Amino acid sequence: MRYLPHTPEEVEAMLSTVGAGAIEDLFAHIPNACRRTKPLALAEPLSEWELDRHMDGLSGTTAIQPEYMIFMGAGSYDHHIPEAIKQLLRRGEIFTAYTPYQPEVSQGTLQIIYEYQTLVTRLLGLGVANASMYDGASALAEALLMAVRVTRKKRVAVSRAIHPLYRRVVQTYLAPTGFEIVELPFGPDGRTDLKSLQGADELAAVALQSPNFFGCIEDLKAMDQAVHTDAKALMVVAFTEPLAYGLFKSPGALGADIACGEGQSLGLPRSFGGPGLGLFACRNQHVRSMPGRLVGQTVDGDGQRGFVLTLSTREQHIRREKATSNICTNQGLCATAAAMYMATLGGTGFRELARLNYDKAGYLKNELQKGGVQLPFAAPTFNEFVIRLDEGSKRTYRQLMAKKIIAGLPLDKFYSELEDHYLICVTETSPKADMDILVKEVTA
Amino acid sequence: MTSSTGTTGLIFNEPLLWEMGAKGRMGFSMPPRDVPKAPVDNQLAGDGPDFADLCEPDIVRHYTRLSQWNIGVDSSMYPLGSCTMKYNPKTNERQAALPGIATAHPFLPSDHCQGVLGLIYKLEQMLAEVTGLDAVTLQPAAGSQGELTGMLIFYAYHVSQGKRRTKVLIPDTAHGTNPASAALCGFRSVPVPSNDQGVLDAKIVSQLMDDETAGIMVTNPNTLGLFEDNIKAVAEAVHAKGGLVYCDGANFNAVMGVVDVARCGVDILHLNLHKTFSTPHGGGGPGAGPVCVTRDLAPFLPVPRAVKENTRYEWSENFPQSVGKLHAFYGNFGILVRAYSYILSLGNHLQQVSQYAVLNANYIKEGLKDIFHLPYDRPCMHECIFTDKLQQPYKITTLDIAKRLMDYGFHPPTIYFPLVVSGAIMIEPTESESKDTIDGFIAAMRQIAKEAAATPELLRLAPHFAKLKRLDETRAARKPCLCG
Amino acid sequence: MKEIDELKFPENVRYTEDHEWAVADGEFLKIGISDYAQDQLGDIVYVELPGAGSVLDQGEEFGTVESVKAVSELFMPVSGEVMELNPALEDSPELVNDDPYGAGWMMKVKASDSGQFDRLMDSQAYLAVLKG
Repeated sequence: MRYLPHTPEEVEAMLSTVGAGAIEDLFAHIPNACRRTKPLALAEPLSEWELDRHMDGLSGTTAIQPEYMIFMGAGSYDHHIPEAIKQLLRRGEIFTAYTPYQPEVSQGTLQIIYEYQTLVTRLLGLGVANASMYDGASALAEALLMAVRVTRKKRVAVSRAIHPLYRRVVQTYLAPTGFEIVELPFGPDGRTDLKSLQGADELAAVALQSPNFFGCIEDLKAMDQAVHTDAKALMVVAFTEPLAYGLFKSPGALGADIACGEGQSLGLPRSFGGPGLGLFACRNQHVRSMPGRLVGQTVDGDGQRGFVLTLSTREQHIRREKATSNICTNQGLCATAAAMYMATLGGTGFRELARLNYDKAGYLKNELQKGGVQLPFAAPTFNEFVIRLDEGSKRTYRQLMAKKIIAGLPLDKFYSELEDHYLICVTETSPKADMDILVKEVTA
Repeated sequence: MTSSTGTTGLIFNEPLLWEMGAKGRMGFSMPPRDVPKAPVDNQLAGDGPDFADLCEPDIVRHYTRLSQWNIGVDSSMYPLGSCTMKYNPKTNERQAALPGIATAHPFLPSDHCQGVLGLIYKLEQMLAEVTGLDAVTLQPAAGSQGELTGMLIFYAYHVSQGKRRTKVLIPDTAHGTNPASAALCGFRSVPVPSNDQGVLDAKIVSQLMDDETAGIMVTNPNTLGLFEDNIKAVAEAVHAKGGLVYCDGANFNAVMGVVDVARCGVDILHLNLHKTFSTPHGGGGPGAGPVCVTRDLAPFLPVPRAVKENTRYEWSENFPQSVGKLHAFYGNFGILVRAYSYILSLGNHLQQVSQYAVLNANYIKEGLKDIFHLPYDRPCMHECIFTDKLQQPYKITTLDIAKRLMDYGFHPPTIYFPLVVSGAIMIEPTESESKDTIDGFIAAMRQIAKEAAATPELLRLAPHFAKLKRLDETRAARKPCLCG
Repeated sequence: MKEIDELKFPENVRYTEDHEWAVADGEFLKIGISDYAQDQLGDIVYVELPGAGSVLDQGEEFGTVESVKAVSELFMPVSGEVMELNPALEDSPELVNDDPYGAGWMMKVKASDSGQFDRLMDSQAYLAVLKG
């Protein structure tokens, strides 16, 4: 097998050195009661070419663009990924290296992650960012746990307009802790109703998502006031589409103490939902309570600039049960991809791409409205928005699917009161012609 | 090979991103605009992020130069104990990049994604077969998230039994993620000492085990590279008082095809796909930490679960006792694809992987035990541990040895872990290394031992050939500079 | 790390088994960690102390001291109320390494039971414990 170098002669020589007669002797000390009773019931190994055919066949059963028009986002977005990034990520020195425990021979990874951290602070408008969390959902859960540590209060408020699956992950993480989760409703305009915060006390954090699950831009200025002045809690702003901050103000600029969310839009393929990238940033004063790895700048013995993992005493391998989190392996290669993507776009490109996304969605919204389709939420949106079709729309939806058009994500699965509502997403990848076809089909 | 693997070479200085570029450059191919501009509320609009503007060649040169400052498995032997730095097959990358995999939207209706959904189902079955356990979740995004899942199952199971238990037994050799994961679920860690053979003693476990204790977190093989000989008796002691047995499977590369984890008495096991199953380490992830459980604990697994109805695969949420959700979607699917490809490529020959991994580690042990102190002189599994005890008279430490090894062209082994062994040097070659490479590693280590005695200063000032000398970590921690 | 004979243990100061020291400072007690402790820890990068006004018992954890690769808990030598913290340690934690009994003092405490201080070890008893 091409991954295994040893020849029978080499094995014999090594066994002789070790003083074993056969390779099975090396396992002789394993008690019989712990052993398998049958050999591994797996198929014969596939050659590289058989594997290719098998996987080609498997891959061919998925509905993908351009054969299908898929107008879905909901936490997983279709954006162009430059070929240069795909090739750079395949450099063996980048993707086959591990955590940079030995900084002298890992300066590549370390500078890449330091740059990533910096770009994330600039994107989110906060002082410090970590080297990544697993995804936007676990990042939100960790943000709430961090807020509890910082404030020593045991209740958190979470908006119902946050991605439903993020809220489920938050519930899972908080279930054994006894911390209470208070749900904030959303109002008729699609934004979180902050009125219910009045009189709320003993809150460690209030969490909103912006743009929220419905694509609506939340009123973070009002949130700042309600959370800091009234509730005296930490302001946590989550997101699933960070490209929005190329057009709209960043969470940090509007008062967020912690910003956390999904970075898949930044150069990662959708890949059936993973691997994703948990972006996480906070105000400088909270850095010692922040979970996750951190890369810092320093100098070497000759005074040369270099980078190292630092503030490690927060982490599990030192602090063990008192660590800020249990996280060890994070999403290093995904953070690398995101850094490359942000570098490739640059500030100018990031702003232009964000604007293009916004304009595409704006065009589609307008055309649908002209065609008589209802847009139930009045708040401004970025590249996603909700439409409401007539009763019995499930039939229309299925008919469109048969025509290879996936007209958004039906929302009744997550919000039972939102029957016949669909979450539509378009990005820079959607040509005008496709959008025109959707309008025609939906308004027919 | 008669000359050292390591040498000097020309690499390049490279500035930070914001130290380069020129405003207006673009590295991205902006699609043409085919829609009019839509009006924006100026109250909400911001300035956008302050990123440097670069062109495509800038980007390519930047990251190419940075990559040359790294050692990866593709460059050299990377014997990090307990990390299993085996070869990352390139065919796995091709499969993960296939359009029907890479561009699959997670919310596709199941009849539009049978292939990828089926892959999840089949990989779960493969891992059940390889471990001997009954049911699997692929949702956890890394080993420590797998541990969290295991602890959540501990919690949910005991609640379902009508009793909240507050403690978890954790061996003193455990990886730091173990107590950290237990703490996340509100459990207090109770340390369990290993005996002088380096393994757990069932009598000690039995004494510590009570009906306030949810169970034990073992690692098998353990972090000393030794098989926990008494695991069955330990499991019985825990089960006898109603507890569960969690096994950290980070070292599973030692036992594939040989050990049946369920027969050992383990109830819950996590695996690290980025260790045992060849998915790339990526400079610190992404990984994947599947969790395998016995039939009795299957109802607690996270949702949704892939189920098969006749010939079709579906997602099901119909598991009312599930602990919930760890990941927004289904886990690190792109990583699962790579592991799936690996298992298909090795098939029923996976046992050979473990055999060679164990052979390589024992061969290194034999090659070094006369000049480095071996705290446990017994057959090791896939990794062996030495200490710096014999080098202490020259005031040479494990750290010095590790730094000098870089000059010879090897990534150092894991050092100063586990904590119970002072000055630990944990060497895990994996099955990917040839006899030639391993002989070169042994020769380098033997040379370093000689240097320790004859020219210790050479080690204390090492590395000499790397891009940088030793870095000032104190300064980095006292005056943190975490972004530019 | 140094040999025990190379370390300093001033005689005017009392010691605990956890390597803290206490000395009378006006009506309060000044508290820090011994030369042995700072030597064992290596370069200290951060000291975490309780807020002024905290009331803690003898033996209770009052904070932590961090080096690059380790964290150690700090335990109250006596019961009392925290009156003052050393402001210099925020920016210069290395003072604990350089001058553990002087500029590296950590906090001042108003002891609630003067007998506790009297029963702490003197330098000879502490030295005996270290050599033990």
